[in-house]
Amino acid sequence: MAQVLDTPRKTAPEAAPGTPDTPAGRRARRKALLNWIAVHSLGVAAALFFVLPFVFLLLTSLMSGQQALTRDLWPHPFEWSNYQQVFETDGFLIWWRNTLLYAGLGTVLTVVSSLPVAYALAKFRFRGRQLSLMLVISMMMLPPQVVVIPMYLFWAKQLDLSGTLWPLIIPMAFGDAFSIFLLRQFLLTIPNEYLDAAKVDGCGELRTLLRVVVPMAKPGIAAVALFQFFYAWNDYFGPQIYASENPAAWTLSYGLESFKSAHHTDWNLTMAATVLVMAPVILVFFFAQKAFVEGVTLTGVKG
Amino acid sequence: MSTHTLRPKRRHSTLATRRRRSALRTAAFMSPWLIGFCVFFAYPLVSTVYFSLTDYDGFTPPEFSGLKNWSFVFNDYPLFWPALRNTLWLVVVMVSCRVVFGLGIGLLITKIKTGTGVFRTLFYLPYLAPPVAATLSFVFLLNPGTGPVNSILGELGLPAPGWFTDAAWSKPALTALAVWGVGDLMVIFMAALLDVPKEQYEAAELDGASSFQRFRFVTLPNISPIIMFAVVTGIIQTMQYYTQPFVAGKVASGVMGGSGQQFEPGYPDKSTLTLPQLVYNLGFQRFDYGSACVVALVLFVLAMAFTALLMRRRSGLIQAGE
Repeated sequence: MAQVLDTPRKTAPEAAPGTPDTPAGRRARRKALLNWIAVHSLGVAAALFFVLPFVFLLLTSLMSGQQALTRDLWPHPFEWSNYQQVFETDGFLIWWRNTLLYAGLGTVLTVVSSLPVAYALAKFRFRGRQLSLMLVISMMMLPPQVVVIPMYLFWAKQLDLSGTLWPLIIPMAFGDAFSIFLLRQFLLTIPNEYLDAAKVDGCGELRTLLRVVVPMAKPGIAAVALFQFFYAWNDYFGPQIYASENPAAWTLSYGLESFKSAHHTDWNLTMAATVLVMAPVILVFFFAQKAFVEGVTLTGVKG
Repeated sequence: MSTHTLRPKRRHSTLATRRRRSALRTAAFMSPWLIGFCVFFAYPLVSTVYFSLTDYDGFTPPEFSGLKNWSFVFNDYPLFWPALRNTLWLVVVMVSCRVVFGLGIGLLITKIKTGTGVFRTLFYLPYLAPPVAATLSFVFLLNPGTGPVNSILGELGLPAPGWFTDAAWSKPALTALAVWGVGDLMVIFMAALLDVPKEQYEAAELDGASSFQRFRFVTLPNISPIIMFAVVTGIIQTMQYYTQPFVAGKVASGVMGGSGQQFEPGYPDKSTLTLPQLVYNLGFQRFDYGSACVVALVLFVLAMAFTALLMRRRSGLIQAGE
């Protein structure tokens, strides 16, 4: 938990601990201390705002159904069996499986198909490169609802694939705009000398990509994989359009909302299910936070 | 003699071959996206324009109807203007709240000296909460009867609003949810703040600038491109705002899933409608694909206008170039 969200820190100039023991020095130190207290109290207040919802969520997930409907904040007694009950709900395990399929397979396909495109956009010189890049950025910013009607008709009426997740997975084999953009930003930072050296050694572009670029781009690839995994995990609109008619194809994000509708007054069970949908994402984050934060900064600021 | 005439020719042909090979290679590397672009972007976009001019319910073949759908959406569809007004509200209030709060948290984290890592993680975590899960949690936390927030407000003797069940409070509740997940902006602002040259602060301090003046005249000018970036991407995200308002409205309205009652988005009283929800409502609840495509195109034009703003060369927000 210590080295979280690692970025280089520069400390601002401040009254150093070794200031001389004069009235002025003492005043400076007292000021620094007050400043420290003010900043950290503010930090604690902000932390409470960010953390309390999680705390209430966890506490409610452990209450009895009766108690969750009262104003109580502390569970009495702790109903650990709520979690068992959620797991035994019809479909919950199937939603897990579907989500893992959508997120897992989708992530692999996205990385494999986006990497060569990003490489070409970052390192090849060709006519139309600039235009392609602008189109990639435009696609990235496009709400999925813009083209959903023809896409739905295409998948449902022509290929008869509605009621499955394939209309969401298959397109990922054809490059994802956001991933292409992020990977391209990352590949730009790899010096051309490495690529030239590989070519002098007789590597073709594909070999250069696989043998030289991929090992150097691991952090970028990890960031893209994470973002894509989270995207699929969180996606609600996609499963709603293509899978809603068939509960056997639901994902966790979609199933969770219907879980609430089915257990209308069981806030305790709903909150337990919510915890179970949140937990994997947060666990993955703790294992891979460096790559993740690098990705967040890379998408935005660096040109 | 013959070698003389042949040589330049041969050189020319190898050059051409090399060029052709290089073009082929580029095409091969670009091919996943080229196919994806045509099948999942260009073709559906053209069909969207076509369908917007037809009467189509998915069962009988589409019939050309001119601008009828356009006139329906703008004049007779009761959800269109409320959705647009809500979007404007969200752009003004939600985006500014997120930017101000994100910047504030970013500043705070650069000042915190003890336990920085823990604080940063805690501030960042809510951003990761899956939207459906986060929305459900907030509908529970803010439920007017027994939710913890209103319980605490009641203890303190403060008024307890209806949040997601009150048309006047549903958008503020969504704003609270969005501000809770401000971790992405925090990270971006934090990086920008640490990039401000230290010398400028030292110089300002020598000139006797107060801490507010240092913020106003050193920090702000340095990070203004990032603020612009946050605002414009915030607007684009607002155009796409779908899952949170839809789920919040549906769960708070208490409409059961499955067969029977159908949830019309916007609860309470159209106050959580956004444009993407109209595409869903028209296309997948009313089976009026033509009108759904009209809304989709409005959405397209708005999203592209702000994307163009983001890519404008001079603003340098996303540099497409070298």
